[in-house]
Amino acid sequence: MKKGPSLFNVVSVTLGFAFLYLPIILLVIYSFNSGRNVAIWAGWSTKWYVAMVQNQQLLDAAWVTLRVGLLSATVATVLGTMAALTLVRHGRFMGRTLFSGMVYAPLVMPEVITGLSLLLLFVAINFDRGFWTVTIAHITFSLCFVAVVVQSRLVTFDRSMEEAAMDLGCPPFKTFFVITLPIILPAIIAGWMLAFTLSLDDLVIASFTTGPGATTLPMRIYSAVRLGVTPEINAVSTVLIAVVTVGVVAASLITKRQEAERQRAERLAGAAP
Amino acid sequence: MAAKASGPIKRTFTPWDDPSAKPFIQFENVTKRFGDFVAVDNLSLDIYEREFFSLLGPSGCGKTTLLRMLAGFEAPSEGRLLLEGQDISGVPPHRRPVNMMFQSYALFPHMSVEGNIAFGLKQDRMPKADIDARVAEMLRLTKLEPFAKRKPHQLSGGQRQRVALARSIAKQPKVLLLDEPLGALDRKLREETQFELMDLQQELGLTFVIVTHDQEEAMTVSDRIAVMDHGKLVQVASPAEIYEFPSSRYVADFIGDVNFMSGKVSAVTDGGVEIRDDTLSCSIAAHLENPGTKVGDDVWLAIRPEKMRISLDEPGDTATNCVSGEVWDIGYLGGVSVYHVKLANGNVVKSTVTNQTRLVERPIGWEDKVWLTWPHDAGVVLTA
Repeated sequence: MKKGPSLFNVVSVTLGFAFLYLPIILLVIYSFNSGRNVAIWAGWSTKWYVAMVQNQQLLDAAWVTLRVGLLSATVATVLGTMAALTLVRHGRFMGRTLFSGMVYAPLVMPEVITGLSLLLLFVAINFDRGFWTVTIAHITFSLCFVAVVVQSRLVTFDRSMEEAAMDLGCPPFKTFFVITLPIILPAIIAGWMLAFTLSLDDLVIASFTTGPGATTLPMRIYSAVRLGVTPEINAVSTVLIAVVTVGVVAASLITKRQEAERQRAERLAGAAP
Repeated sequence: MAAKASGPIKRTFTPWDDPSAKPFIQFENVTKRFGDFVAVDNLSLDIYEREFFSLLGPSGCGKTTLLRMLAGFEAPSEGRLLLEGQDISGVPPHRRPVNMMFQSYALFPHMSVEGNIAFGLKQDRMPKADIDARVAEMLRLTKLEPFAKRKPHQLSGGQRQRVALARSIAKQPKVLLLDEPLGALDRKLREETQFELMDLQQELGLTFVIVTHDQEEAMTVSDRIAVMDHGKLVQVASPAEIYEFPSSRYVADFIGDVNFMSGKVSAVTDGGVEIRDDTLSCSIAAHLENPGTKVGDDVWLAIRPEKMRISLDEPGDTATNCVSGEVWDIGYLGGVSVYHVKLANGNVVKSTVTNQTRLVERPIGWEDKVWLTWPHDAGVVLTA
């Protein structure tokens, strides 16, 4: 029997990847276009990158996005972890079903509705829209993603480890910080990264809840595109893609290496007397 | 402790028979409910210092709940729990002088073997030098020195079990609780570890309370065994008493292999009893431990298979303690063979024979007609 991929495999993989990545590759290539028109190739150049770095509006937007992302991801991680702990740990309390439903609702809620309802709330309580409203909105919608990630880890958590710690004289509160938290930390970090990414590329909710002086990068890009796509936007997008790619590749490399290390360690242990 | 040098002290260690001995752990009319389910039902039990005490029973009988109440993870719904005369019902787990070894071992995956063992000592704010000395001592005691820096996932099952043990005895607790401590080990390792546990208990002079569903394990390690069923104690006694003088059919059946013969008491003689059953060709004569038994009572004779003599030849007296039947099945276990004999009334009786000579040809084969006999004192008459 012939080993290796068949013609069908090769074609389907090629088509699949082309479908996924051709637009992105095109975007990256055109970011190096020296011409002003995005659709016409006029030779290699990095001048749009220079223009991008000199564009104060873009830099401001990037800075806003970064601050919103870091702050909202961190707060959402704390709140989401607490929600997950309550849902997994506290058995059947009054309104548990309602609470878990409410935590998950934003997962399936159309962003337009989340954005609109938040906008209505901020208007109703007369909250000046800007950096803080965007941040709060991002916390609201990314919290549930963190809760889901952390909850799935907590479900498989062996609680006898906590009992063992208490049995050995560790008070319950301290047990959480020296035993529970370190063990579920990878899930919490994953939740944080998810929240950060979600905040980074959110356009809809930010558009609803933002105010003067708090334009995020996706909003800036979107509005720029409406005035006509320039290679400068392509350059910004390429940088964003590069950042995300490096992050994803690094994360998966770290996980892979840890896994390999663990397997090697287990082999060693198996050989030991 | 000088126990090892002074020979087999286990025979003379019977504080439960000494009325002046003070119990170390006392359950006083303890009941534990989970919703409608009664896990422990109005149970009273005394455990003595330096005792190796086993809680034995099928799953769901409440043995683990008792252990978790001692550790402080569950509070009794009713009743009191005393340690050295002090009520500890309201004391949280981290303030109890009691440590537990968990069934799942519950090792801390983010700490090394050393870190795991030192964890409890660190909670007591012990000076670092003392902690190091104690950890080294524990590593030596459990033969874990080469693995001190390893993480739990880098250890084999047996090594993990020893880390869990070292961690739970590092604080020198007054009582060590062991929840199915050997359940995850394979048979050979389990048997070795049972003896290691006994030696360790002797050496440290601690009180051990162990939960197990493995009756052989309980028989091997314990000073006393409590057999439990549905949240109640059925019998509390030494392994030999439990095996030779079970208090009920439940205990007799739970510990080891047993044959039951039912019948009615036809006569009560001096210290003995005669039992008759219409379907049996003989009458049964047996010792009577239960003085309340009267003529006409329904009773069961519980007799262990190794106390049944099996023979191809008809014995002289076939009127008492002698039944005949046909060999129905033979279980060859190497050391012993178990003969399943089908009697005329359809009951199957088991007889165990030690294979003292190498088995070349089986003297007794399938479908042979055989006689089973037993002495008067071989069985126990049970009324429940």
